[in-house]
Amino acid sequence: MAYPYVSDREVRVLSKYFGDPTHRRVGTYVERGGYQALKKAFEMGQDAVIDEVKTSGLRGRGGAGFPAGVKWSFMPKQPTKPHYLLCNADESEPGTFKDRELMRWDPHQLIEGVLIAAYAIRAKHAYIYCRGEFFETTQILAKALEDAYEKGYVGKDIMGSGNDIDITVHVGAGAYICGEETGLMNSLEGRRGQPRVKPPFPAAVGAFGMPSTVNNVETLSAVPHIVTHGGQWYRQWGTEKSPGTKLFCVSGHVNKPGNYELPLGFPLMELINDVCGGMKDGKALKAVIPGGSSVPILNAEECQNCDMDYEGVQAAGSMLGCASVIVMDEDTDIVKQVRRMVQFYAHESCGQCTPCREGTGWMTKVLRRIEEGRGTEEDLDTLLEMSRQMTGTTICVLSDSAAAPVVSSIQKFKDEYLALIRRGERVGVA
Amino acid sequence: MSDITLTIDGQEVSVPKGTTLLRAAEQIGKDVPHYCYHDGLSSPAMCRLCLVEVQGAPKPMPACVTQAMDGQVVETESPLALDMRRGVLEFYLVNHPLDCPICDMSGECNLQDYVHAEGRDHGRSREPKRVFGRDDFGADVLFYGDRCVMCTRCVRFMSEVERDQRLTVVERGNRSVIDTFFDRGLEGTHFSGNIVDLCPVGALVSKDFLYKARAWDLDHTHSICPSCSQGCNIDLHTRDNLVQRLKPRENLEVNAFWMCDYGRLNYEWINHGDRLEAPLVRHGDAVKAMGWKDALSSLVARLGGVEGGVRAVASPLACNEDLAALKALVENLGGGDIVYRMPRAEDEIVLKGFPTMARRRDLAPNGRGADLLGMKRVGGDDGSGGLEDVSDHRGVVVVLGDALADQDADFASGAAVRVYLGTHSGPAAAAADFVLPVTTFAEQEGTFTNHEGRVQRFWPALAAPGMARPAWLVLGALVAEGTGGETPRRADEAFERLVATNGAFAGLTYDDIGTRGALVNDTVPLSGD
Repeated sequence: MAYPYVSDREVRVLSKYFGDPTHRRVGTYVERGGYQALKKAFEMGQDAVIDEVKTSGLRGRGGAGFPAGVKWSFMPKQPTKPHYLLCNADESEPGTFKDRELMRWDPHQLIEGVLIAAYAIRAKHAYIYCRGEFFETTQILAKALEDAYEKGYVGKDIMGSGNDIDITVHVGAGAYICGEETGLMNSLEGRRGQPRVKPPFPAAVGAFGMPSTVNNVETLSAVPHIVTHGGQWYRQWGTEKSPGTKLFCVSGHVNKPGNYELPLGFPLMELINDVCGGMKDGKALKAVIPGGSSVPILNAEECQNCDMDYEGVQAAGSMLGCASVIVMDEDTDIVKQVRRMVQFYAHESCGQCTPCREGTGWMTKVLRRIEEGRGTEEDLDTLLEMSRQMTGTTICVLSDSAAAPVVSSIQKFKDEYLALIRRGERVGVA
Repeated sequence: MSDITLTIDGQEVSVPKGTTLLRAAEQIGKDVPHYCYHDGLSSPAMCRLCLVEVQGAPKPMPACVTQAMDGQVVETESPLALDMRRGVLEFYLVNHPLDCPICDMSGECNLQDYVHAEGRDHGRSREPKRVFGRDDFGADVLFYGDRCVMCTRCVRFMSEVERDQRLTVVERGNRSVIDTFFDRGLEGTHFSGNIVDLCPVGALVSKDFLYKARAWDLDHTHSICPSCSQGCNIDLHTRDNLVQRLKPRENLEVNAFWMCDYGRLNYEWINHGDRLEAPLVRHGDAVKAMGWKDALSSLVARLGGVEGGVRAVASPLACNEDLAALKALVENLGGGDIVYRMPRAEDEIVLKGFPTMARRRDLAPNGRGADLLGMKRVGGDDGSGGLEDVSDHRGVVVVLGDALADQDADFASGAAVRVYLGTHSGPAAAAADFVLPVTTFAEQEGTFTNHEGRVQRFWPALAAPGMARPAWLVLGALVAEGTGGETPRRADEAFERLVATNGAFAGLTYDDIGTRGALVNDTVPLSGD
């Protein structure tokens, strides 16, 4: 089975074996050079591994873009308590589907990355927290882990190196908020999946109260390559501040949606027109959400000169997030899109913090009313004020995420809101 | 702990390291609004009402968990802080039913107060509200889900303080609701009444108090719970000269912020109507009501020249002042044994999260005081029996407070004079030659000594019926008649006399005791321990 769409513009490092089911077998993986990076890491020692990852400039692929090597260096160098590595495989951001594919097609790459990272932060136990809905993925990952245990790549005295690292695959019950690192920890511990107040930060008090590091699947999958080839090698792609390759999940109104591994800094318009085969049915571009549902919307004009790296997207007025590009054509109803996204956040809000619990629900109702032609212009002011009071006022950023598309869509597509409001006024609904 | 200095709203304040901004602000009299934070519980920082502006911080910080730092500049009333609070308050009202006119909490509701002080003058939400309805949580607790602000104080109380996880949050987002586990509810818990106090709004209400009174019609009086020897600090909430409910009062030395359900709901006896209202004097078969002056002079005349000494029965419900006055009378009449009876429960019910507090086995407030005054405990654990010596006595028999519910009509029928000082009619009153009406603890000032020897004051909350007077006043007058001395005029004078003649209480004054209580010097073991 070939992977749906490929492009010759791609640089396939992590996704090299996408579409090749034989690669899931531990034998095949080892034949193709697998688990050599782990062996090399053990020879290098913890600090050297961390330095190499720092050199590579690898940034967290879960959305925040925090340098992975720096994150690892926050962990105590002389463990007095057990350390834990948590791999965040609770990929739930609407528009994102890269971690699932990484685990489906190359589970051993992730396992090797987890082992190297666990070794680097001096953890003897790592957890891979999988999204509850990833049934097939979890089966594949669990089988791969079983094989790796059997071959001695995981567990006691790995490859005779004297290092013990255990990995547990933990399946969540399906909640977006469990992808927030502290919510993930609570869920892992068997509590309600609610984010925790920071400080204390996970590197001090994390899972089970112990120092912990949380890394995304894609981040950890890149680690074996960096260890094998060195940090400088990884910098041959991308920009100075955003080095390396990144999986772009493109969905929406393009001819060839899918996962594309490209160097960071790749121009957005080339991604749409070249890599993804252009807009579907030849329609005009209206808007793009460049980094998953929780980042501000870009209008067509802002997309023109947007480079897809952390700094470039920020300069264009949004965020790279986890590089989930949602493309919308000229016929898209922006208000409906925004309402649908906010509804998602209302559904997924854990309900701890008042602004998020009540604000997301209220926003949904207001947007729904506008959509039905029963809105007023004051509603837009209310939405903007609500958004302001939902931003930066809560424990985690879910409420900020719900507010971002509302604010950006009112700023950039106010005409669409007004048209709905006026239409309602015309027919006397409002 | 070293002190640090920070500036809050332009005022400098020094606090020990580790103090939260909320506590630091309290020190300069700033009450930062908050729901989820409570002194007796953990701080989840989730209501987001206590957000304050901290100079240099990228976003507003929750004052309840943010630790004060040296040189920090904090604004609790800056435009940003007020804007955030106004926002949070409006969010609360999006789904709140605003049914204040029929809500038990109205008048003492934080949501009302905060919105009135800092909220918008009208809400902008035009949307339908979500509806949960009402649920019986068992025990004395009723749940109105629509009013809930999701502070989770109740959930945390049950898991952290009572340590019996009966409540939890189910669902998420604005569908979140407090719920019990299946049908188990709060039945069988011993402290769940506290979640009604903890609830900052009217989501958890007491079935016992439901629709009984409006908060603003209640008078609050500091008192001590009379239901066991723990001596929990409480307030009596009264209206129409009736006790409407009991509420715990903070005292970290005794009961923290809590009280048990047994004590909370054991107050109806104070309101019982069959009170003794006038002194009664028996002449043969006839009983005559008369004024205090005539009754007391008649009693003094009868006591003169009685042979055989005195036997007295006291009550552990009587305060220290009453008991000491009884002791003084008995000594004045030539001395004799004073005994008391006290029901005793099978087990202590310890509050696991605050283990120095328990519903004690001794089900009366002042057994310790009686012990310290040299009285002997008699009878069984059910509070009956043990009075054979008194009943057979031929001289004077004085009964204070004990209604003698278990005794025959011929109790002490051989005695020369039988005196009963009590509150309610009953066997003791029926068997007495002199019935002297006295007040309950709710109608007088006085002190109880709790199980650990802490003397604690209570204050009068109700008007005494008819001619009923505090027992220390009645007994003090009798002593004064006998000795030619002065009658104490106030409770503190009665207490001074107690202190002067009873070494265990040496050095204590009403001022020292205040509202927090003070320990006696002597620590004799409780009788029966």
